Amino acid sequence: MSHAPHGPRALDAEGLAALVDALVAAGYRVLGPAVKGGAIVYDEVASGKELPRGFTEDQDAGRYRLGRRDDEAFFGFAVGPTSWKRFLHPPDLLRFRASREGHGFAVEPADGAPTSLALLGVRPCDLAAIARQDRVLLGGPYADPAYAARRTEAFVVAVQCTEPGGTCFCASMGTGPRAESGFDLALTEGPASAFVVEVGSSRGAELLGRVPNRPAAADEVAAARAATDAARGKMGRTLETAGLKEALQAAAESPRWEAVAGRCLSCANCTLACPTCFCTTVEDTTDVTGGRAERWRRWDSCFSLDFSYIHGGSVRRTPSSRYRQWLTHKLASWHDQFGEPGCVGCGRCITWCPAGIDLTEEARAVARGPVPAKAARKE
Amino acid sequence: MTLAAGANDPILPRPYRVHRVQKETSDTFTLELRPEAGQASFPFAAGQFNMLYVLGVGEVPISISGDPGLPQSLVHTTRSVGAVTKGMGRLQRGDAIGVRGPFGTPWPIEAAAGNDVVFVAGGIGLAPLRPALYQVMARREAYGRVVLLYGARTPEDILFRRQLKEWRADFDLEVHVTVDRATRDWRGNVGVVTHLIPRVPFDPYHTVAMVCGPEVMMRYTVMELERRGVQLEDVHVSLERNMKCGVGFCGHCQMGPKFVCKDGPVFPFEKVRDLLNVREV
Amino acid sequence: MQTLEPLIAEHPFMKGLRPEQIAMITGCASNARFEAGTYLFREGQEADQFYILRKGRIAIEAFSPAQGPVTIQTIDDGDILGWSWLVPPYRWRFDALATELTRVIALDGRCLRTKCETDHELGYELLKRFADVMAERLDATRMQLLDLFAEKPVRGGRR
Repeated sequence: MSHAPHGPRALDAEGLAALVDALVAAGYRVLGPAVKGGAIVYDEVASGKELPRGFTEDQDAGRYRLGRRDDEAFFGFAVGPTSWKRFLHPPDLLRFRASREGHGFAVEPADGAPTSLALLGVRPCDLAAIARQDRVLLGGPYADPAYAARRTEAFVVAVQCTEPGGTCFCASMGTGPRAESGFDLALTEGPASAFVVEVGSSRGAELLGRVPNRPAAADEVAAARAATDAARGKMGRTLETAGLKEALQAAAESPRWEAVAGRCLSCANCTLACPTCFCTTVEDTTDVTGGRAERWRRWDSCFSLDFSYIHGGSVRRTPSSRYRQWLTHKLASWHDQFGEPGCVGCGRCITWCPAGIDLTEEARAVARGPVPAKAARKE
Repeated sequence: MTLAAGANDPILPRPYRVHRVQKETSDTFTLELRPEAGQASFPFAAGQFNMLYVLGVGEVPISISGDPGLPQSLVHTTRSVGAVTKGMGRLQRGDAIGVRGPFGTPWPIEAAAGNDVVFVAGGIGLAPLRPALYQVMARREAYGRVVLLYGARTPEDILFRRQLKEWRADFDLEVHVTVDRATRDWRGNVGVVTHLIPRVPFDPYHTVAMVCGPEVMMRYTVMELERRGVQLEDVHVSLERNMKCGVGFCGHCQMGPKFVCKDGPVFPFEKVRDLLNVREV
Repeated sequence: MQTLEPLIAEHPFMKGLRPEQIAMITGCASNARFEAGTYLFREGQEADQFYILRKGRIAIEAFSPAQGPVTIQTIDDGDILGWSWLVPPYRWRFDALATELTRVIALDGRCLRTKCETDHELGYELLKRFADVMAERLDATRMQLLDLFAEKPVRGGRR
């Protein structure tokens, strides 16, 4: 059933809680912000009353501190360590079970039909990240059935950004602070948690119709637009992307790779926190009799030595080659593969790097090339 | 035997049976696989690979080494080097094995018609080239000179001896085998395979070359072919990288912008030339 | 002797040499044939020749007490064999065994060395050609050293 396109609507705090409850009532497993372990993460939200309020974060390279706001805003933070790939592309997934039957064995798919997900509070950078993973996992000649099962039905409630974090640079990557599409509903949080709601799909309109809402006033809509416009200038980081792909691809032998490898711990935090990193490995296990086996798919990282192992040894043995692989994949070769960069400017890799390595700074340094000694002295 | 998911699911192994096990050399063997009763076989192109699954042990990509004209029997030749291939080496006739595939790009068999064809193989690299040899031999009249230059470690490591002899005798395949080291019993060439390239007759301006072996060997081979006058756009190589999925999901096989599993494994050399010169790419 | 001149002039190794240089080289050349199983030279012997293979096959061998003779490389029609005549102390480093009936043009190294000492242009032209042969052998040897087809290929010394 189709609905006529809606103009912007408005919700208050109770309306937001009702929206969560409506999603729960519609059978969705609702995932949204929660405070856990000193950080804002995404987790299951059982009811609208559970949503945290009044939190913010302080983010910088290698630094994350949860803090209190002096208001009761629902979305007064940027992004935490979790990204939505945890749910759409889970870190551990049982692919199949196999059991011996006589001389043969039977294979039984294990993933089944997961409960439909509703993602609440998806930032524009993360919407872009989901779109990036869509192209990798659904856009080729084959579709990953596990991703398709979760993604196709997922209900997306986006939240536009008005207060970017210290490591954010979505404006540079062209993914935020405002999303125009890719959501069912998009909220912009205004003063006193009055939300302006944009409707992105008939499904969104239908759900919104089940909760108390009203048409948004023209000045509310203008204020929401102004807040996201202003956010563009408040990014904690920037990255010049013009010519970056070419410069990085021409810099395979840059000494900067060695320099950054001196600080990089190869811990893989950046790849785990990154919302677009999609790499996985498989683990095949058996019970003690060898008669029953399972295949698990698990997140993997190009920072591990085993990642590139072929007979005889690993292709990328040095940390510098692994860092180069990661960064050039994100900012350069992803363009060749999928026609866009693999980085969405969310800043997680910068915040969650224990060594405080800043992707924007490294990309700039590599692209700029080594500074000649003379010029450096003059400066 | 049940297979719940559709055959198009790229993630689930399809059940096959080992029909024949053939020991090739001290550390290599060939498995001939047939689909479970009631299951259909699938067509494949020369150069493609399958992901082979040994129950509970794991899964590895292995090039198909059999005849694309006989897709009902799926033939793979491999070397026992890791846990999975060693497990595969213990399989016997009638044992089950899982198959996902076929994946990857083919050798340019059709495009080579009308030209001389030079196959250059190193070690186990002859196995992925054999399906191409089958196809060229099946339409021998469509090609000019057909030459196989094959380098092995020792005379004991030469694969498919009998078949090469037959092709040489019956199908006008010019075969030159060279080994890295040998004792007096070996009457053939000793030396590297690149040494043969300037010494065999083919028309470099109308030649399609297909090369498979260790990366170092392929780089030197291409240099010699280029020196001989073969156009790089007519040189094709088959590359190897770590693979977990075979369909571009897992990310392991990336080589710069290329996914070896879906953009390769067979590449026109020009497309990967720059990448092959970047260390640890 | 005159019959060798066109054969020498035609060989790719001699390409680009002037007729008088060819004539000078021919003055040091002679025909030779080796039956299968006979040695052209043995390790340690004085190296006073090099060979242009016309037809046949030669195995370059090293001998170790444990392994017996090991073939390092085989040489075929048209190939050049031997450069020890150029390098002091002018002794062969390996054995060269004809594994089938082999016809060669043998060039007297002492004769050529003397001519090259007085005619540096000829010396330079010959050295350039031998450098090419030696570079190809060195490349091949390095590739063999990598033992690319072994179960555990030799890896470089990087971290």
